[in-house]
Amino acid sequence: MAVPKVCGIETEYAVLLRGTADANPVLASSMLINAYVEHRKVGWDFDDESPGRDARGFGRDGSQPPEIETHLVNTVLTNGARYYVDHAHPEYSTPECADALELVGADKAGERILARSMQASRRLLGPGEEIVVYKNNSDGKGNSYGCHENYLVARQVPFVSLVRNLLPWFVSRQVFTGAGKVGTENGASPVDYQISARADFFEEEVGLETTLKRPLVNTRDEPHADPQKYRRLHVIVGDANLCEVATFLKVGTTAIVLAMIEDDFIDKDLSIIGPVHAVRTVSHDPTCRATLELVDGGSCTAVELQWEFLRLAQKYADETGLEECGGEGVGGDVLKRWEAVLTQLERDPMGLDGQLDWVTKLSLLEAYQSRDGLAWDDPKLALLDLQYHDVRPERSLYERLVRAGKVERLVDETDVITAMTEPPGRTRAYFRGMCLARWPDSVVAANWDSIILDVGSDPLRRIPMMEPLKGSRAYVEKLFDECTTPAELVERLAS
Amino acid sequence: MPEREQKKKSAPKERARETEEVEAAPPKQAEALKEELDDLLDEIDSVLESNAEDFVRSYVQKGGE
Repeated sequence: MAVPKVCGIETEYAVLLRGTADANPVLASSMLINAYVEHRKVGWDFDDESPGRDARGFGRDGSQPPEIETHLVNTVLTNGARYYVDHAHPEYSTPECADALELVGADKAGERILARSMQASRRLLGPGEEIVVYKNNSDGKGNSYGCHENYLVARQVPFVSLVRNLLPWFVSRQVFTGAGKVGTENGASPVDYQISARADFFEEEVGLETTLKRPLVNTRDEPHADPQKYRRLHVIVGDANLCEVATFLKVGTTAIVLAMIEDDFIDKDLSIIGPVHAVRTVSHDPTCRATLELVDGGSCTAVELQWEFLRLAQKYADETGLEECGGEGVGGDVLKRWEAVLTQLERDPMGLDGQLDWVTKLSLLEAYQSRDGLAWDDPKLALLDLQYHDVRPERSLYERLVRAGKVERLVDETDVITAMTEPPGRTRAYFRGMCLARWPDSVVAANWDSIILDVGSDPLRRIPMMEPLKGSRAYVEKLFDECTTPAELVERLAS
Repeated sequence: MPEREQKKKSAPKERARETEEVEAAPPKQAEALKEELDDLLDEIDSVLESNAEDFVRSYVQKGGE
């Protein structure tokens, strides 16, 4: 049985420290986060982190799990998000959201937090120095950084079933999830422009790594919830999106596909021959007409494969409902938009300017080419590509397009601003965020599935949060209303 | 794929109408659209990093994840 598709997005932002010879990105990332949270810093609790555990049930098999860098800046915000330095990037992990639309707002709130961090960092910098962040996925020189999605999945689903169905899913969904990129990297054969920023970086079908030999299906088995009941599917193949429609579709459609896998609803084998190569084939063809060979014979385009998934999803919605995927409202809207986007992709992908990042960016680049007569290798096009993702509101080309009314938005800006400080109401992020907002001095540490409170007398109290949907507003709002101290809260929770 | 053909026909009317409108835009409107785009490109010119080649070359990140 499908479990509710609680979901979140973690984004590693690119960071530049300009105006100084010693442009240390770790230092720049730390300064950004410190500048934002200066007034209050609550640490992250690493006790339950186990990124080396493999979902396929076996040991490390020679692969190295990522090291946890506990000395770097790491903090939790009142909106339930985690904001920290990962490797040499500032990373923002949204709080757990109950559906795709809520996550669009939480993800956009992350962009605003980074923008405010840049502003706040100015007082820590010398004259002429500036920290600038970009929400993109590579530097054009073979260095990539991720935008990972996370979905709650039932533990009882065999991992092989996830792998079988997700490989064709990840290969084909690029047609609407791609953020677009000028050129290729990492040894891929040259093209002028491609759909996905990340496609050139995947080298394996399945695996535990995230930094080298990147796999399409990541097997990290770290549920951050009751491990008897849940998995957390850690998706590393997505691009960082700015277009809200793209994020909405990326998350909303993937949630429905996962629910179908959990309910064993996908009754045909959509496996592709050579999925790793197929990822590049799809990405390198902005006409969306390249064909893929299927394991059970025949061939089809990525869009045709998407129609297969959509038809199954429509049938699933009719027969089972979309209760666990945002209900009829959000889930129903996902289906409608999904169909509209596939229809337009077949007619003319450029008609999705303002909805999908790869098309919106391509449209801008083509406008410049036609005005200035630029060849694809002109550095100005590479600059436009980078600056599309600039997070400074006054410099971001994406934001210029939004302000010009050329990009469709799904979330009101006032709701985005609220999501910078207030947690989503329907997941345990509410409990985490409320504790931090009410008693910041008493929260010693927090992580996804627990929070440690100092109630004034030893010992510290650890409150487990192993159910992602408990600790929501419906569960605990009254409790927060009635308690005036963390000690009272702990006492009430124990009784 | 006959089923797919069927789906295409049932695509939301709004989108179809939008596309038709763009295709059927009278010359005057097309001119206005072009002017609007030119204005936008001029505006973008004013916020672009000054030396594209230098900027792109020096834009280097460490790998992540």
